[in-house]
Amino acid sequence: MTVDRRAFLKGAATGGSAAALASVTAPGEAGAFARPSKPRPTQALGLLYDSTLCVGCKACVAGCKDANDMPVERSRDQESWNSMVTPEQRNQVVRQVGDTQPIWDTPKSLSGSTLNIIKAYVHGRAEVKDRAEDGFAFIKRQCLHCNDPSCVSACPVSAMTKDPDTGIVNHHVDRCIGCRYCVWACPFNIPRFDYDSAFGKLRKCELCDHRLAEGELPGCVATCPTGATLFGRVDDLEAEARRRIALKPGDTYRYPRGDINRRFGPYTPPHEKVVQAAYQPEVYGDRLLGGTQTLYVSAVPFDKLGLPHGPHIPDRMYATETEAVQHTLYRGMILPAVVLTALILIARRNVDRHHTEAEED
Amino acid sequence: MAPNGQHSTYVQADDLDACVDLFGRLKRRDFLKFCTGVAVTLGLSPALGARIAKAATSPARPTVFWLSGQACTGCTETLLRSHHPTVDTLILDMISLDYHETLAAGSGEQAEIFKDQSMKRNWGEYVLVVDGSIPTKDGGIYCQVAGHPFVDDVRHAAEGAAAIIAMGSCSAWGGIPSADPNPTEAKSAQDVLPGKTVINIPGCPPSPYNFLSTVLYLLTFGKPPELDAQNRPRFAYGRLIHENCERRPHFDAGRFALEFGDAGHRQGWCLYKLGCKGPETYANCPAIGFNDAGFGAWPVGTGHPCFGCTEKGIGFTKPMHAMAEVLTVTPPNLFPRVAEPKGQGVTPAAAALAAGVVGLGVGAGAVLTSRLGKDVPPDEAAFEPPHYTEKPDNQ
Amino acid sequence: MATNEHAPLGGKLVTGPFLVLFVVFFAAVIVLTQRFAFGLGSVTHLSDGYPWGIWIAIDLIIGTALGCGGLVMALMVYIINKGEYHPLARAGLMTSLFGYTLGAFAVLIDLGRYWQGHNILLPWLWNPNSVLLETALCIFAYILVLMVEFSPAAFERLGMKEARRRVHRVLFVFTGLGVLLPLMHQSSMGTVLVILGHQVSPLWQSQLLTLHFLVTALTIGFAVVAAESVLSSVAFRRPFETRILSRLAGVMAWVMMAFVVIRYLDVIRVGALPLAFQPGVQALAFWFEFSLGIFAVLFLLPKGNRTNPRFLFLGAMAMLFNGILYRLNAYLIGYDAGPGWSYFPSFGEILVTTGIFALHIMLYLICVKMLPVLHTIRTDRPQAGANAASPAE
Repeated sequence: MTVDRRAFLKGAATGGSAAALASVTAPGEAGAFARPSKPRPTQALGLLYDSTLCVGCKACVAGCKDANDMPVERSRDQESWNSMVTPEQRNQVVRQVGDTQPIWDTPKSLSGSTLNIIKAYVHGRAEVKDRAEDGFAFIKRQCLHCNDPSCVSACPVSAMTKDPDTGIVNHHVDRCIGCRYCVWACPFNIPRFDYDSAFGKLRKCELCDHRLAEGELPGCVATCPTGATLFGRVDDLEAEARRRIALKPGDTYRYPRGDINRRFGPYTPPHEKVVQAAYQPEVYGDRLLGGTQTLYVSAVPFDKLGLPHGPHIPDRMYATETEAVQHTLYRGMILPAVVLTALILIARRNVDRHHTEAEED
Repeated sequence: MAPNGQHSTYVQADDLDACVDLFGRLKRRDFLKFCTGVAVTLGLSPALGARIAKAATSPARPTVFWLSGQACTGCTETLLRSHHPTVDTLILDMISLDYHETLAAGSGEQAEIFKDQSMKRNWGEYVLVVDGSIPTKDGGIYCQVAGHPFVDDVRHAAEGAAAIIAMGSCSAWGGIPSADPNPTEAKSAQDVLPGKTVINIPGCPPSPYNFLSTVLYLLTFGKPPELDAQNRPRFAYGRLIHENCERRPHFDAGRFALEFGDAGHRQGWCLYKLGCKGPETYANCPAIGFNDAGFGAWPVGTGHPCFGCTEKGIGFTKPMHAMAEVLTVTPPNLFPRVAEPKGQGVTPAAAALAAGVVGLGVGAGAVLTSRLGKDVPPDEAAFEPPHYTEKPDNQ
Repeated sequence: MATNEHAPLGGKLVTGPFLVLFVVFFAAVIVLTQRFAFGLGSVTHLSDGYPWGIWIAIDLIIGTALGCGGLVMALMVYIINKGEYHPLARAGLMTSLFGYTLGAFAVLIDLGRYWQGHNILLPWLWNPNSVLLETALCIFAYILVLMVEFSPAAFERLGMKEARRRVHRVLFVFTGLGVLLPLMHQSSMGTVLVILGHQVSPLWQSQLLTLHFLVTALTIGFAVVAAESVLSSVAFRRPFETRILSRLAGVMAWVMMAFVVIRYLDVIRVGALPLAFQPGVQALAFWFEFSLGIFAVLFLLPKGNRTNPRFLFLGAMAMLFNGILYRLNAYLIGYDAGPGWSYFPSFGEILVTTGIFALHIMLYLICVKMLPVLHTIRTDRPQAGANAASPAE
């Protein structure tokens, strides 16, 4: 076997990526090279969060903490007003504010001890709810349980898995090595690691599947007073969301609460409400980034609520692109095997030449 | 029973004048204190207390007519439960209450004649207070006083009034009588007095101090206090109950009573889920309470959800259990923003260290580059290394 | 010239520079003690917006690229040089070994749940879709390969001739692997970023990241070899080796040019060029990186320059920092966690990074003095300044 060295060097310089390069330059959606998106499981369970119904009571935040045995949380800058001395500390000298316990749960964002949070979009004078200009709106952030999740694709040790039936994305803490690639890879920035512990855990919302197993609703849904967080089969939730975005201000609508399919948890009657603000003409989670099992409807543009939205966000998850590159280069390990064989042959021949030349010396 | 000291004056039974003075009137010092308190309630400078005191003690006490329509007398009852001043101080010393069906000494034609005379005498200068809603169906025959429909009395009295105050929800916006199906077509004072400025003090009943403060403001400044879009004094109705509610932290922390008597209810948690209308009702109930009984003496304080009595379309209209629209004007600071600043940026020490490391590298590189030309032997060919080959050592 | 081709330098181990390095390393050890006692948050500025900081971006991603000197050396020796031995091959292998081992060490201290780190070696937990798995396993395997490749030096020192001979017999397999594995994981370090999607600025985000990281591994590796060659000629007053180097430099200049062209055509293709004109750190970093690439081409493309040590060195440095900056940009500067998040390495993080590099240099000094790593010089010149400076990157 003769390999032109120069040619081989050029081949090596572009490396095994030659195949990828060829594919990337091939026409495709926005020039990208991707495997097909994975569809949502037909019986997938999820949430529909309606920002216009949310009153910001944060019962879901408390409900989530109860359901998942999470501690209350505060950030450093809140210590001055959110501190109390515990009974055990009563006879001790409290050296600094950090020694005290928080009174209220005031997380600033998702974290290793907050899997669900209500955040506020605030603009200008913040006069009217669900208005972008000089208004405000609420947004619930928790795992969106993507149809085609990046974290599941990214995790090297299969600590992130997607249930084939319910579509719930689970985290297996006993497998996790704490590399935090999922934190990085998630376009919604959902998985969170506990950096303040020597033995930190990664945590994310798992749709309270331990409660679902007992026929209970997820903590956030069970406590939501207004039905802003609605649970159910995602396809049914999507139909509900489409009905809502067709509503106009002034319309009266009977908003279901709890489980739209009435399978989990106690029955909560719908409540009637007059639509105040016009919905955005889009259901968030139906297509962007491959679609999600947590759907959003809102009166305020989604990008203002901190969700990736806009012309630069594709309809497929980025995992489709990495996996396409990866599985093209490493399909059956053929390309690496061919390259390795060539390299070994050259090395072998050169070693042989060594021997010959050395003997000639 | 305090037999000695200054308290002894309270029990000198033989010194009746002193008793009358103490119980019926206020001592000058206390009266000034009261007026200062009113000034503060109104959101005015305490310095204006003296001016209010002067107005209140003016010998020319303003005449007040109090007309009651479809009312439950609750508004009068609330007035009777004011303690600073007591209602007698009010009606004997501060105003000249020339007509009030419940409180008037006289009755029947005597009272009516006195009212007519006084009204003529004070035409254009008196204050008209209306409590109770005004039925308008069939010419207003469903509420008549002295043989004529109440609605006519109100319209007549309003003609000569310097100021009109609608006391209580019924006269402010219709109240219970106007609730569906409203058989008498009950209306508010404003509705039957188009074109007039009616100061509304809604509530069922309203806090007496909202009424007293409004009256004293009128006496002092000769004009109504600042009013909102529904002609309610802003000092009392400018904020949502939700904003000042003592249970608000429970709302913010998501702690709700779910049923009457459940664990959360017993611990004083937020009543929002029981139908509390505090988030859509403007009133100062949580701030001043009722009956001077101390903290918590208002509906929510006692464990009952606010039912929105001061708000048209909410009190007596919305079901008790129906959930309120949360009209939070500004999201509280406890909500994290969509883009809450997180993570840690550059610290001086880190920046210095990074700059030092980079500087060291660049410096070393520069020194090396400058040395390269000099230190390397000029004639490389002379030192061209020999043709190295690797040889296994066993050969 | 059989077994005495390589020889330990000898000399005093504990010198002034060595002590300075030790102090830097010791500071890092203190920081690391704190990290293991109280968690990552106690010493780093890592957050959920920036879960990977400089320990990954610099120590691993750039550190292992610096360790690609071994890869380039292998390419030189076995592909270009027809098996002719390069005098710096063993030193290059050693710096590769240290670079990779310390990169792996950086990963280990950065792992939030390091006590479960062995899970990555359990085949039943492997996720074949994970680029990171492939990268991690390749790095792990490559460290083993480097150990085998470097083992002859240790065997020589220990006088284990039989072992050395056996290893030498199968060395060609490891040489092949030693080229393949870095090609695989260095390119995958780019693929790792593709999944970040819009979180990486379009100035860097591209499916060509795979190719770009491969090319920068080669350019950085070459620059390291060239720098090592130049530095050792200065530090140890060795004759300057231009013959192979300048041949390779010619190839690398064209590779660099192709890289610059492909990279910037790609930026234009995805429509990211306007971003390069928005004032800010990203645009600045982009143009700085671009200029370094152009400089490298300009320095190395003229044939006359390539035999001039100074131009060769400057070109190699431009190439080196182009690669380093490209990787830093793609991993940190071009990364945007979204509004609200901020990151700059903490004092402790920088201390650990400098400490790891200090450890690297210390290990290098120890090894060249105690193991037969550097080639013996057949010249009468004195070995002036042998202990003064270290020719590590």
